[in-house]
Amino acid sequence: MAKPTPEQASFTERLPLCKAMRMKVTDVEDGAATLTMPYDPEMIGDPETGVIHGGPVSVLLDSVSGLAVTMHPDNTSMTATIDLRIDYMRPAPPGQDLTASAQVYHTTRTVAFIRATAWADDESKPIAQATGAFVFARKATS
Amino acid sequence: MNSKTEPVQDIKRRRDGVLNAYVNRIPFFKYLGITFERKGDELTGVLTYSPKLIGNAVVSRLHGGGTSAFLESTATMTLGWKSVWDAMESGEFDLEADDIKLPPLPKTISITTDYLRPGLPRDAYARATITRAGRRYASVQVEAWQDNRDTLFAQSTLHFLMPGAKP
Repeated sequence: MAKPTPEQASFTERLPLCKAMRMKVTDVEDGAATLTMPYDPEMIGDPETGVIHGGPVSVLLDSVSGLAVTMHPDNTSMTATIDLRIDYMRPAPPGQDLTASAQVYHTTRTVAFIRATAWADDESKPIAQATGAFVFARKATS
Repeated sequence: MNSKTEPVQDIKRRRDGVLNAYVNRIPFFKYLGITFERKGDELTGVLTYSPKLIGNAVVSRLHGGGTSAFLESTATMTLGWKSVWDAMESGEFDLEADDIKLPPLPKTISITTDYLRPGLPRDAYARATITRAGRRYASVQVEAWQDNRDTLFAQSTLHFLMPGAKP
């Protein structure tokens, strides 16, 4: 993984919902990316425990997946989500920032397939995992 | 309570009271701009447009994650609402209490969202159908549209763990 360039780091600034949720780009490489999102009491879904709603986790996983597709060396266009499946594996610990990383594991001329994981302080204990298909336009090979 | 001649204002106060108690205690609904309209036991989720919901600022399209969050919220609220309906109608909840003792909402196990069309910068609506409501697990389908009810821009299938289910 590599530190993002200012252009790459500005990804979350250019997506209003990512900016509103204060996401930051922490790492990028070819076809892969990592984002963080701070805990925010406004995102609570379970008032008894302070656990955030699944919704912000969806936004984080969708965003990091879209960035990973954008970072693919053969990518030539803006992307969009075709489908995204998320498994919620454990509650997000209240008060803790979340990190999510995504990898493009396959591309066709028109589709990029991704896997993504979100965790709090321990990457080996994911709170959610996602797989999805994204719009992709592969660079023409000469 | 709940006789066939019960005054309509009492019925509405009870049903809207319980629905609002659920909605108001979930900060994320307010954060994203999600409200619910009720017709009898049918709920329609409403995502009121605001600029922060945009994902692609170049062409001004709703963020897919926000759309998915809206669909999940509508599915959860519809399932939770349906599961407390009988208790609510038999008068189990004290609407005068400061803190109404309501059962927790179901927990999402998984969500699969299909993005059928770009989300436009305007309000969105969603309705959920409970395809299976078991004692431990439930399955829900939810559809979202903007201008035309038959022109969906996203749909999701979700599985839930019901509150109180023993592991």
